[in-house]
Amino acid sequence: MHNDTDRSKMFSRRAMFLGGAKATLIGALAARMYYLQVMEADKYAMLAEDNRISIRLLAPPRGLILDRNGVAMAVNQHNYRVMVVAERSPSLDYTLDGLARIITIGDGERSRIHKEVRRRRSFVPVIVRENLTWEEVARIEVNASDLPGVVIDVGQSRHYPLESLGAHILGYVSAVSESDLTDDPLEELPGFRIGKGGVERIYDMALRGRHGTSSVEVNAVGRVIRELERREGEPGIDLNLTLDVRLQEYAAQRLGDESAAVVVMDIHTGAVLVLASTPSFDPNSFNRGLTVEEWKELSTDSRSPLSNKAIAGQFAPGSTFKMLTALAALEGRDITPEMRVFCPGHMQLGSIKFHCWKKEGHGAQDLISGIKNSCDVYFYEIARRTGFEKIAEMARRFGLGVPTGIDLPNEKSGLMPDKAWKRKALKQPWYPGETLVNAIGQGYVTATPLQLATMTARIANGGYAVVPHVARDPIVDKVVRPRGAPDWPGVGVSRQSLALIRKGMFGVSNEPGGTAYKARITQEGMWLSGKTGTAQVRRITMRERETGVKKNDQLPWKERDHALFVAYAPDHNPRYSIAVVVEHGGGGSAVAAPIARDIMIEVQKRDLARVAGNAGSGEPPPPSDLRRF
Amino acid sequence: MLRPMPRMPSRLNRTEMSLRDKIWQINWSLIAVLTAIAGVGFATLYSAAQGSLEPWALKQIVRFAVGIGVMITVALIDLRFWMRNAYILYAIAMVLLIAVEVKGTIGMGAQRWISLGFIQLQPSEIMKIALILSLARYFHGASWQEVGRPLFLIVPLLMVFAPALLVLKQPDLGTALMLVMSSGALFFMAGVRVWKFVVVIGATLAALPVAWQFLREYQKKRVLTFLNPETDPLGAGYHITQSKIALGSGGMFGKGYMMGTQSRLNFLPEKQTDFIFTMFAEEWGMMGGLVLLGLYALLLAFGYAIAMRCRNQFGRLVAHGVTTIFFLYFFINTAMVMGMLPVVGVPLPLISYGGTAMLSLLFGWGLVMSAYIHRDVPISRRGISDE
Repeated sequence: MHNDTDRSKMFSRRAMFLGGAKATLIGALAARMYYLQVMEADKYAMLAEDNRISIRLLAPPRGLILDRNGVAMAVNQHNYRVMVVAERSPSLDYTLDGLARIITIGDGERSRIHKEVRRRRSFVPVIVRENLTWEEVARIEVNASDLPGVVIDVGQSRHYPLESLGAHILGYVSAVSESDLTDDPLEELPGFRIGKGGVERIYDMALRGRHGTSSVEVNAVGRVIRELERREGEPGIDLNLTLDVRLQEYAAQRLGDESAAVVVMDIHTGAVLVLASTPSFDPNSFNRGLTVEEWKELSTDSRSPLSNKAIAGQFAPGSTFKMLTALAALEGRDITPEMRVFCPGHMQLGSIKFHCWKKEGHGAQDLISGIKNSCDVYFYEIARRTGFEKIAEMARRFGLGVPTGIDLPNEKSGLMPDKAWKRKALKQPWYPGETLVNAIGQGYVTATPLQLATMTARIANGGYAVVPHVARDPIVDKVVRPRGAPDWPGVGVSRQSLALIRKGMFGVSNEPGGTAYKARITQEGMWLSGKTGTAQVRRITMRERETGVKKNDQLPWKERDHALFVAYAPDHNPRYSIAVVVEHGGGGSAVAAPIARDIMIEVQKRDLARVAGNAGSGEPPPPSDLRRF
Repeated sequence: MLRPMPRMPSRLNRTEMSLRDKIWQINWSLIAVLTAIAGVGFATLYSAAQGSLEPWALKQIVRFAVGIGVMITVALIDLRFWMRNAYILYAIAMVLLIAVEVKGTIGMGAQRWISLGFIQLQPSEIMKIALILSLARYFHGASWQEVGRPLFLIVPLLMVFAPALLVLKQPDLGTALMLVMSSGALFFMAGVRVWKFVVVIGATLAALPVAWQFLREYQKKRVLTFLNPETDPLGAGYHITQSKIALGSGGMFGKGYMMGTQSRLNFLPEKQTDFIFTMFAEEWGMMGGLVLLGLYALLLAFGYAIAMRCRNQFGRLVAHGVTTIFFLYFFINTAMVMGMLPVVGVPLPLISYGGTAMLSLLFGWGLVMSAYIHRDVPISRRGISDE
């Protein structure tokens, strides 16, 4: 019989046996460790070197651009493209030859690809062709094994569904050029487009969004083995504009083939509803890439379709400037509203005769009738009394001679001359006659249509220095800031003076004999008050005056007058201002005023419809499913 | 029946010890070795988190502290208490195992956890300890003749295979094998005749082709990949290939603490749990690996010394069983990451990030310590003192 002692002995024996077995196994572990970490160490160190992580950028979708009613103006579309990664191809030409059997690759294309490959780091894919058809994609995929380094990728491309409508405001996107490079890594992405021109450029950073990254593990030959980590980027911010696409469309149609510009803005908030410049262009063509012929056509057209005339066209304001001359004289107490000036059709200053546009003269004119009839002699006289320094100073307060500060690139400042400017720019003193010429918006004075609309807005809103804008909510540091109630500073002009000016402008449009009476609005509650302007672009010689001044239709297009009209409506409780400039269009009252009338009717109709439609509930939210297409 | 007790110091009456006596008997060197191993774990988890206590190292330290507390408590409780309650603990573990089967939280494709709100309970871990206690109790009461009778072995075999099959069904092949293998060692230590093992092992080998049919697809794939890892270096063989690269590139002295490129660049999967040894060996090289193996071997030596020093069969079997389980843990894990065994989800004991394994292991070492403290307490067949 085994007792406990025997059991203990047996236990010890067996424990020795098992312990020995375990010690052997531990020895095996140590041996294995030696094998892996000493004998094979070099091989594994090399393999470890081949294990590489490659970080790829993920492009976020670009923010949409919508009009004030949520109509999409700029959207994103799928774009299949074929790219080549130089470091994965044994020979770039071999790969391109293979590709050329499926899609056509021109010689120019080929040298561009070579150039880009040299410019970029060898693992950055370079685009061979974009906008592939599905069939082409399929054929490339099928032949993938014969095409080393070829990558098919689906990207997004910008699309402007309204084509040329609003193109100047939107701008366009195009490939990043060397000078555009910032340190945003997105710019390294093949086919990445940045905003060039318009709000696409001004709000580019916000529209871009922030890049995401995807860490992929690649093996020694660069093939992606798996995705290790994916950090999604932030999509770009959607941009809501103050623009009303339907009004914009109406305005563009109304301008037709003219080389012209129209700006309509809210006089209280500065929101720009219409900012049209004709002729226009299709921004989609820039994204596709222009052909040489297309580019030639666009850039040499005398009516300059690429330029946004509403903010960059600088025109002599002509008689639309007269309100500022009058305000300077009134505020300077150099005249009283009742003071009369007799107009015989001209005014003599020294040896020079300054003509009124009406050869036979207006007779006695006071402030109100001077504006209503746009009598040049009346304004010559008050300008002579006031001096141009005061007029220029007043004009600047109303936004002339300086950029308005609208959120669009390449805005021009126009020119508000004075003695100091002339001495500096032309090295000449200011002559008294120049005061008269510039006081009626001729001579050196130039302004953009946007500045004229802003000037009119400041007259109509009671003298507040409203600043125009096109983004409904401005984006600062990539954050959308809701636009609060605007609190514009005053321009420092008395309400009485402004009321007198507005009375004169009312006469222009609504009293028989006013220069724009024929182009008045007859619908009750929509009446506009305005001011015509006709800016000469050529000098009328003495001999021509004697033989009779040529009519515009007798002249070549380039020598015809600019037709201008500024206005606000409704006259009793102003809300909108408008400026119309038709380049070489002829007379302000005959050409520009009817355009302004028609657009202002449309604007106010839309306004009434909006008020009736959703009583003060604000703008409808933009549709949410627009992002992808 | 009185027997001479040559090893017992005369000043102590080991039958009834006061708490003070027991505290004096705590084996601090054993705790020091355990702490050293756990310390390696903390340092490696800190490195795995790119040099941060979050999210792993700090939690692990807290768990270890709690675990040491549990261990000492278990050690101070009378060994006979554990013996008396062995079957009850086993029953509880069985109920929990069935509970995860019925309503468990799905984690990593396997039903292994049961949520008690404050802790994620892994019943299979509890079962490992409970099974050792139950088998030890069963064999403690058995005479040499009884152990020799095949019918006598039916009850313990059922005790082993019931939980093993449940765990296998979860599916957790690694734990099921560990249950069977540690029990096998216990059977062997209890005195089951050697020829029976020969028969069983032979039968098992014969039955392998049949068992193959019952393996899950991914388990089959792992075994096949293990046999020939080069066939699928990016699929199922990925883990092993990457692990070998990381480990091998560590070389003799390693790449330096916090400098393991492979683990750091995420080439190494599960670097805080199952593949933590790879990361350690990549950073510390073969020297570090050998030191760690040495620490584990030292712990095993402690376990064996205690088992042999024990004067009662229950204590011997428990100490040996826990030691064996511990050995299986670290052997399977290290052999797996070095490509010597197929990939099975077995953590590196005291080092891999995880709560239940840490607690159950320290609970087990608590029992070993209890066997040490009560080494000279004679226990009768029914679990009552001989005297």
